[in-house]
Amino acid sequence: MKVTLDGVTKIFPPHSKKESPVTAVSNFNLEIPDGKLVALLGPSGCGKSTLLNIICGLESPTSGSVLFDQNDVTKLPPEKRGVGMVFQNYALYPHMSARKNILFPLGNLKGKAKLTKEEKNRRMLDAARIVQIENLLERKPGNMSGGQQQRVAIARALVKYPGILLLDEPLSNLDARLRLETREEIRRIQKNTGITTVFVTHDQEEAMSISDIIVLMKKGVFQQSGKPQNVYDNPANLFVAKFLGTPAINVFKGKIENAKVFIGDEPVADVPGCENRDVYVGIRPEGLIPDKNGPLTCSFKSIDVLGRDYMIVASHGAAETSVIRAITDSENKIEDNPETVRFSFKKNKFFVFDAKTEERIYLG
Amino acid sequence: MKKFGLKAWLYLLPAILFLVVFMVYPLIDVVIYSFEEGFTTTSQTATGVGIGNFSTVLRDPYFIQALKNTFVLVAITVPVSTGLALLISLGLSSIKKLREFFQTVYFLPYVTNTLAVGLVFMMLFNKNESSGSVGMINTFIRFFGGPTIDFINGPYWAKMLVLCLYTVWIVLPFKILILTSALASVKKDYYNAAKVDGTSKFRTFTHITLPMISPMLFYLFITGFIGAFKAYSDAVALFGTKLNEAGMNTIVGYVYDKLYGDSGGYPSYASAAALILFFIILTITVINLIVRNKLTYKGGGGRA
Amino acid sequence: MRDRHPKDLKKQYTFGGIAGKAGVYFMLALWALMVLFPFYFMIITSFKSYGSYSAEITPAIVPKTWTVANYSSLFGDSSVPLPRYLLNTAFFAIVTTAIMVVVIVLAAFAFARLSFRGKNIVFVLFLSLMMIPSELVIITNFVTITDLNLRNTYLGLILPSVTSVFYIYLLKESFELVPDEVYKAAKVDGTSDFKFLIRIMVPMSKSTIITVIILKVIECWNSYVWPRLITRDPDHFLVSQGIQEIRENGFGKENVPAMMAAVVIISVPLIVLFLIFRRKIMEGVSRGGTKG
Repeated sequence: MKVTLDGVTKIFPPHSKKESPVTAVSNFNLEIPDGKLVALLGPSGCGKSTLLNIICGLESPTSGSVLFDQNDVTKLPPEKRGVGMVFQNYALYPHMSARKNILFPLGNLKGKAKLTKEEKNRRMLDAARIVQIENLLERKPGNMSGGQQQRVAIARALVKYPGILLLDEPLSNLDARLRLETREEIRRIQKNTGITTVFVTHDQEEAMSISDIIVLMKKGVFQQSGKPQNVYDNPANLFVAKFLGTPAINVFKGKIENAKVFIGDEPVADVPGCENRDVYVGIRPEGLIPDKNGPLTCSFKSIDVLGRDYMIVASHGAAETSVIRAITDSENKIEDNPETVRFSFKKNKFFVFDAKTEERIYLG
Repeated sequence: MKKFGLKAWLYLLPAILFLVVFMVYPLIDVVIYSFEEGFTTTSQTATGVGIGNFSTVLRDPYFIQALKNTFVLVAITVPVSTGLALLISLGLSSIKKLREFFQTVYFLPYVTNTLAVGLVFMMLFNKNESSGSVGMINTFIRFFGGPTIDFINGPYWAKMLVLCLYTVWIVLPFKILILTSALASVKKDYYNAAKVDGTSKFRTFTHITLPMISPMLFYLFITGFIGAFKAYSDAVALFGTKLNEAGMNTIVGYVYDKLYGDSGGYPSYASAAALILFFIILTITVINLIVRNKLTYKGGGGRA
Repeated sequence: MRDRHPKDLKKQYTFGGIAGKAGVYFMLALWALMVLFPFYFMIITSFKSYGSYSAEITPAIVPKTWTVANYSSLFGDSSVPLPRYLLNTAFFAIVTTAIMVVVIVLAAFAFARLSFRGKNIVFVLFLSLMMIPSELVIITNFVTITDLNLRNTYLGLILPSVTSVFYIYLLKESFELVPDEVYKAAKVDGTSDFKFLIRIMVPMSKSTIITVIILKVIECWNSYVWPRLITRDPDHFLVSQGIQEIRENGFGKENVPAMMAAVVIISVPLIVLFLIFRRKIMEGVSRGGTKG
């Protein structure tokens, strides 16, 4: 099912007279194509969970509308939307076995939708098979690992044959090893079922690794969406550039004068067609190449060997962070413990952002 | 979904109905009664409004007796039971073997019928001259060479002694339970730190344990005071329903006597007496709270 | 509070040396003896025959001859209808507790889960009612029940005994431990509020509800003041009044063994209940119950 968000805004009323209303989501427009795995990505508190709840129907938007295919579902309660939701803490009913947990949503169906016992059981077993927990059906949540609970929660969401599957921070409660395993699992389940799936996360690596589309938001405002690699390579603004990638992008304060961009006093690149102004220059760690004749001069701090690659840690007076990092392969040797190290830039890893609007004005 | 929350009020309706009919309305009514002069269950009309009921009650020798009994009971049982409970709880937390057994035994009085076990106490302390039986306790006293005493129908102090003893016996389970929990909630780190510093056991107790459990001790004092001021069933259990004759009535007993029974039919007097009791309790509680705020350790360790 | 259960106590004090330890055990044993002695006395006395008890100038610690006659007479002939009192009390306790559970579950759910205007104010008003001593309201309740002609009826016994603000509070706290997400999950599945309460909340808070039920049953079983006020008809007597009746009129004042048998019969149900649910009861009481 295709999901369209049209000008969705959510303003929470203040808790007391002293507080002011909080705008959690602001004029959000988005189209989620059918059958895709979509990550809603942003720092915590950016409104992504609120947005998920609005899609789900647990919250209603202050203004704007939510469409499933062509149908406006803005006013529909969650149970009428045909969505499945997996909560951060799984929200399994602790007093029920996995089997009963999965069956529970089917027991709420009324009237024509009512199912026979056999049909319920068949669907329950199907869902259990998809998430591979057939052997755990009699266990209660308390006797399961986090990963197993997660699977039961997904099965419970799938058993209703939802048009959309929503997952709120699905991996945040798992330990590191399970997290890797489970995200592949989510990917597999999504591919097998073909259900349009939206999941919320603050972990960019998680979002980049499994989703077809990532949607970035900040303080309730849409930033950018697209295929993970596209967004990484073409960040629309400084926030997106900073948010994606580990180690994080190196950011310098700089200025444009006469179509040249300066970091500190050094002109580092030509930026044809750009007006004079203050800017931020962002360079991905893999975009910095040690080069005796490179335009950017930094103070050398240390070298960390990362197997095939190595990372040069350096500093620069105009850098926003105390250290800047360059990742490069071992062919680009530098001498031992130099005072300074100079870098040139790899193509497509060098971005210039307007200092005021933080919009990207140049990709080099 | 939210509208006005009509549904929520429906869920609350039964509770509100019960509370309004049996608590809120009576609360207002008792104040009205207490100021209606000359109202009796037979007259059904008041002759005037004023503080006449209060002055009548306060001049009633039975009320004075009840007031005195209640204060004596409170003054003796609250400190004794709290102190004893503290001693026993400290003992309990210093042992491992048999601790559960002792805890179970100590809790038994909590689940017994006050009236039923009171009858047993009466039998134990009784000295029935006519049948020649002296009762278990008097047998002990005689064994150690003392003079036998009739604790149930005898001198005032003997009766009061039994009443206090029985009250302590009844209230101790609750206090022991609360204090053992409080002692258990003091983090072991503090004791270890004290040990490392070479602090003596006594100093550890007075400087660490006592301050840490002081909020609970005060809680017990407050609930203890309130409970003891409302004493009644224990007295009935020991001395029968005719407490005025036995000279062992309590304030609550006086309230019920004015309401019902041989001297009953005066809800106005009962209301006035109940309000006097309420103000005594309120005053004591407020004093307790003031003292507590001055004295207790405030960094947690209290009730969750 | 869970982690504070007495069983989990770690040993914290040590009174110096073996002598100190022996002193502690001596003190604890002494108090245990004080607690147990009345029970011991009532049990052994209940097995003495009236004749042999009367003949004792010095009460015997162990009966010379054991007899169950006192018990059989309680349930057989008997001027004192003890079985009737027991049935009355059981009926009173069960019905009162059942109504209370329904009332408090609904109210606690409204406070814990539903949102409505004035919720905080209503809740504070509820809490402030906890401080009102029952002695204050019993006077008007007595008049109300009299006016409604409900004296000497079960309804008159039960109705004013139902409400318990403290238990609403306790249950609300327990309901609030059910995570928000579980409620949302149920909403997404189209579960109605009422179904959610019955199928999810109540089972998830089973432990607290059982505790509340036990505490209320104990309270009902021991209640004396209210029943004494409004029932004069022995057909509606509860055990507490029964024992008072036995003491003042039944068996003749002298038949102590028969009285003790009655006391044993009255005490046994609660003691059995306590031994079964010991942990729950002690936990519930330490969470704020006070006697009476």
